[in-house]
Parts: sequence; C-alpha cells; structure tokens
Amino acid sequence: MSKAVRKVMSTDRPKYKTSEVVDFVIVGSGAAGGVLAKELSTNGFSVVVLEQGPYLHESDFSHDEIKILYEDFLTNHPKLQPNTFRKTPQEKAKPQRALVYGRAVGGTSNHFTANFWRFHEIDFIERSKTGAIPGTTFSDWPITYGELEPYYAKVEWEVGVSGLAGASPFDPPRSKPYPMPPLPVKGSGVIFERAARKLGWNPFPAPMAILSQPRAGRSACVNCGFCLGFGCEVKAKSSSLVSMIPIAEKSGKCEIRPNSYVHKIELDERGRATGAIYFDQEKNIHLQKAKVVILSANGAETPRLLFLSSSSKFPNGLANSSGYVGKNLMFNTAAVSVAVMDEPLNDYKGFAVSRVLHDFYELDANKVGFYGGGGMDARYDMTPIGFAFGGLPPNSPRWGKDYKALLAHNFTRTFEIFGHGTSLPVMDNGFDIDPDVKDAWGLPALRLTYKDHPDDIKFAHWLADRSHELLDASGAKEKWTYPIGEQQFGVHLLGTCRMGSDPTTSVINADHQTHDVKNLFVCDGSSLVTSGRGQPTMTIMALAFRAADRIRTLAKRGDLNV
Amino acid sequence: MIPEIDRRQFLSRSLAAIGVTWTSAQWPAVLAAAEYAHKAAASPTPEKFEFFTREEAQEVAAITSCIIPSDGSPGAREAGVVFFIDRALVTFSSDDQKTYREGLPGIQKRLKELFSTATTFSLATPDQQQAVLESLDEAGSKSPPRRPRANFVAGSTAQPLFEVIRAHTIAGFLIDPDSDRKGNRGGVGWSVIHRMPDHGFQPPFGYYDKEYAGWKPASTAKDGNAK
Repeated sequence: MSKAVRKVMSTDRPKYKTSEVVDFVIVGSGAAGGVLAKELSTNGFSVVVLEQGPYLHESDFSHDEIKILYEDFLTNHPKLQPNTFRKTPQEKAKPQRALVYGRAVGGTSNHFTANFWRFHEIDFIERSKTGAIPGTTFSDWPITYGELEPYYAKVEWEVGVSGLAGASPFDPPRSKPYPMPPLPVKGSGVIFERAARKLGWNPFPAPMAILSQPRAGRSACVNCGFCLGFGCEVKAKSSSLVSMIPIAEKSGKCEIRPNSYVHKIELDERGRATGAIYFDQEKNIHLQKAKVVILSANGAETPRLLFLSSSSKFPNGLANSSGYVGKNLMFNTAAVSVAVMDEPLNDYKGFAVSRVLHDFYELDANKVGFYGGGGMDARYDMTPIGFAFGGLPPNSPRWGKDYKALLAHNFTRTFEIFGHGTSLPVMDNGFDIDPDVKDAWGLPALRLTYKDHPDDIKFAHWLADRSHELLDASGAKEKWTYPIGEQQFGVHLLGTCRMGSDPTTSVINADHQTHDVKNLFVCDGSSLVTSGRGQPTMTIMALAFRAADRIRTLAKRGDLNV
Repeated sequence: MIPEIDRRQFLSRSLAAIGVTWTSAQWPAVLAAAEYAHKAAASPTPEKFEFFTREEAQEVAAITSCIIPSDGSPGAREAGVVFFIDRALVTFSSDDQKTYREGLPGIQKRLKELFSTATTFSLATPDQQQAVLESLDEAGSKSPPRRPRANFVAGSTAQPLFEVIRAHTIAGFLIDPDSDRKGNRGGVGWSVIHRMPDHGFQPPFGYYDKEYAGWKPASTAKDGNAK
C-alpha cells in the first residue's frame, strides 16, 4: 500500500454496516480488546469493537471524586447493572454490589493502578510442582512463561511500561530491557526500601504502565495525585484507550462502536458464531455480522454473555460443554497495612506505587502451612475524600474537632503496604446469571458465588504479618491492617473461562479458541488458569498480543474463513 | 498479631505534633450561624438553594459545622459545605432528599428531648449541639475501618440522616475545588489537610525522598527466595 493511500485511509475511519460481515467483532475495548483490535486491524483485517460504555477522552477525565467514586463515571453502574451475592451455590443470592470494572472505551485500563509485573515461570507450571490442592481445580497452563515472554516485551515497548530490568533477583528471564527508566521514587518507596533491606529482602523499582518519559505523542506522568480510579488527562497512564485504540483506528480497518451493549452471540444452524447482538444507546437492537467473534468483556461479563447466549444446542451456556464457564473465579488475595510516619511524605503526590518486592513470590507450603505466594508494594492510592472516609486508624473519631485534627495530621504522613498474591481456583466460586434480578435492559443480572479457600485467608494473614515486620523496621509509630475476612467483592476477575488442553476441564484452548465453537474466541482475565501474584493486567495484555498472533496463524491456514 | 492502637495515646501525640497551629478556641456556633445567614442574605447576588429552604439550610449548616468545626482553621462552614449538599441533593444524591426532609425534624425533636428550653439546632449552644449529634451517632468510633473504595461502594442509601450528612460534609469539605460541586470553597479543605492545590508535582515530594541517593542493587542479594 502506498504512503498516500495509507494517509487517506488514516483519516477515513470506517463505519461498517451491521449487515456487512466484518472479519472480527470484538466485545469489549479494555486491556485485551484494545490490544486485539490494534493487532488485527493493523494486519489488514476488518474489525468492529463493541463497547458497552461511552467513548471518553482525556478532556472528559477529572479529579472530581464524586464523579469517579459515587457516580461511576468510568465504571459499571450498580443501579443500572445490579449484582447479587451468595457464599455457596445452596444459598439464594442477595442484591449486593459484587464487582467494579471499567465501562468505557479502554475498559479497566483507564483507571487501574498500573502495577505491571510479569508473571514468573512458576505461575504457569505450579500445579506440577506443588501437586494437587484439595478443594481446588488448581492446574498448569497449556503455555509456558517462555512462550509468553516475547509478548510481555511487546506490552512493555508498545503499550509503555517504566521499570528497571534486572533490579529484582527473582525476575524471570527477559529478551529486552524496559523502554523507559522507572518513575521517581516516593517517600513510601524510600521508607519501604530501607526497611526491607534491613530485613534482608530485595525491594526494587516498581514496573509501572505509566510513562516516565514522553513517548509516542503521550506525556510523561505529571504526578497529579489522582491516579488509581481516575483516567489520565495527559495520556501518561498506558491504557488501551491511549496506547492501542488510536493505532487501531488509524489503520483504517477498525471501528470502535461505543454505547453498544452486547447481550447475545448469534449462531447459525451449524453452531458457528455469525455475529453479536447488542443494544445501542437508545436500546435499539442490532446484529453486527462477523466471521469471527472474540469476547474480551472481562471475567464477569464474558461468562455472563455466554450464559445469555444459551440455546437448544448449548443449553448450559454457549461454549460450556465443560461446565467451566463462569467457574473458578480468582480475585487475588490482598492484605493492606497502613502506617503513619513522624514527618510528611506527601505521598498524595504522584502515581500509587514506586517500590515492590518479590521475596515471597514462592513460599514453601511445608514450611508456612498453606499454599500461596505474592509480592508487596509501598503505595498511597487514596485521594482526599477517600482518605477521610477510610484512611484513619481504627477507633478514630469520625467527626468533630479531633477528627479534623487527625485528618490534618495524617493525610500527608500516611502510606500503605499492599501485600498481594495468589488465589486458588475453586469450582463453586464464580459468576453466573441471577434467576430473578434484572438489569436496566431487562437482562438477568450478574450473580457472584464466592467463598475463599482457607489457604487464601491464611496467606492474607501471613502477608499482613510480613507487612508489620517491615513497618516495625521502618520506624513507623502507628500501624494497622484493614480487617482480613471473606471476600464478597472483586476487581480482579480471573479464571472464569480458563485456558486448557482438555476440553472437559477448560473453556478455551491455548489459541484462545473455544473448544465448542471454532470461530468464537475468548481473551481477557477469564482466560487465566492461575491467578498470578496479584497484578493481572500485564499478563492479560501479553495474552492478547499472543492471541492475535495465534488467530492470524489460524486465519492464514484458512481455519477461520477470514 | 496486629497491635491494638491506643486511641487516646495516639490522639494526644497527634495533637502534640500539630503544636502551635492547634487552638481549642471554638467559634461560637450561634454567632457563626447568624454571620452566615447574614452574609448569604446580604450578598449582592444571594446564593439560592436548589433544594433546601432557608431554615433547613441554616440547620444543616450548623450540623456540618459540628462535623468539621471552624476551630481556628477553616471548617465546613468556610468550605460552603451546605451549598455542596444542596447541590448534591438535586444531582448525585437525589435519593437522599427524603432522608434530609424527614430527618431534620427528627434532629429538632431530639434536641427538644434532651434540652427542653432549646429552640433550634442552629441556635443551641455548642455543648447542646454536640450532645444531640453524639446521641444520633449510633456507629460511634467502634465501626471497623474499611478500605476507602469499599466505603463508597457501600453507598449512602437507607442510612440515617446523621450518617448521610456526615458523609456529605466530608465530601463537601474535601472535593476537588475546581469541580462544579460547589464544595471546598477556596480550597480551604485541602489547605487544612495540607494537600497543595496543584494538580502536578515534581519530586522530591516530601521528607523521606529528599535525600534519597538513587536505587542501587543490594550488595548481598539473596540467593533464592526467602521462606
């Protein structure tokens, strides 16, 4: 293609007709959907991305905490999209908000913390190494770290990750250094680093999907202090919205269609997907025809869509012959400890995390008495109103002059140790559709069933104990841990359409193709077999780069009719 | 495993740390309320309330002033929190209209129960106001801490007025002053918590990173994982 032609096409963003059979329809424009849209469209395929949320840009973002945290400006809305929760399949679920995910072009990558560790080799082969764990479906992945490594490098270079290669003695092998140096250290990072070294641990500069230097027309981070939960006004945070989607659109082969709420995958009489049925903003129903359908709607909405697409051929949910759709949900175990220092850190300035450690990535179950492993970071991810509601020590006054004095003293002197790690896959834990509660479109609501595996709870307490050791070494005068209890709410939505070689115990194969429907693919947090150690988005994006390569290979071979 | 925190000890230390900037002098609530009403009425373009009546606004302003008092540094009153709440009740918090409209007479009733000679909350003495709100604060400080986001997730529907007004007051005091929520006027809330008004900063950010020499590998990186 000549340069001139390419230029014309780049300004001529396609608007595909719904009746036109495009090569790919992708449901969801987040971490995975954005990468797939870019990779497939720049390789010449026609792509329509159906995103249920609006198409926002950096000028729409703001630091208004009400807008972000009460009005769910960037996220799923509990009034329009109610959820229900129960602990076990025997109970009737009660209405209760069960999850938060990004509901806008860019998905959750607009507002995430941007912690971007790679998974390590062990994450993919841990079942073989550890053995079976009672009460779980703990399994190896059908791919290895080595197979995913080139795609981790692609995420770092194409999406944009700041970090320091070789800084952690526990890092897995890498083919390339990071494209940018780490972000500046924060006060929390300095305190964490000094204390961890006293204990003989190995803190290192956090790999973050936030630009430390200007890159690809995007600004470096300006340290505004409204990061976790917020969209970035200067395009420094490496969301799909600013890193992938503009390239997809410039290809001239990709249409991003916002406010398009997909609720059914259409099949032909042979059981092949023919497109996606969705509501537009006015609740009119459309069918976008496509040769191949890819679901990247997140670990809750992807299984929900498969359940909503049940038919006589697939009575238990589309692509669910295994019974694994929606099951084995993993949230990642977390323990958050908080400390107050003598002097101001002013950690409200900047992004959340500047130092991490991975000394506990692999724990010996025989020594600690449970299965688990994870990392710890030093962070401050609270904004002023959030801090005033939840950032003060237990038993603090809640109003009046003592409350005000405590806010005034603690806001600049507080930081957190965030321990995060494995969750075990348990068959009964997951998302499906509620038999009674409906959303604002009249569709069955998401129902969460979840009860932590006992090892996850033990591991959370163990992480909190390590945080307290670290805080003892830091000289912090005040410290506490948020109560550790059973989880009933999640933001990491992992494992609900897991990848595997055995069609009876997995939903997709190693190419992200569903075992049951040849031209239906799933790629998002639901694809994960194990939970990793707490920071899944890096791996979701790497999987999406790899899935795009695999899909191109299948297409070349003529398997997909595109 | 996790040490219990002695609140009183902690508070006394916190207050000591604040030192000279702290003053226990209370602005007399009566005077402040009168001043506020006068100012609102005398303003060349008087601020109109979208939901509250003038009387309701006066009562709400007095309650917010107990939640975040103007005790030598600006409080809810200076931050214009009552205007924030008024706007909230016709926008993001319209579900709470009933809670305010039906709850305010309840506060008045409680005042009368406790102090038969008192007239309205805004005209009661600071001690009386404190006693009324303490009697309405069912959760007290015994409720366990929650992650900030979890607090938001819980929402404010079907909560007693005291809880709603407490949440609204805090939000109205600390909201981004550049937003159109009508709270945190002049950024006074942020100044109280020492949050600078800027939306961009350069390191060093504070005391602990001021003299940081830069990251270096540990001289004795451990071989293998710590167990």
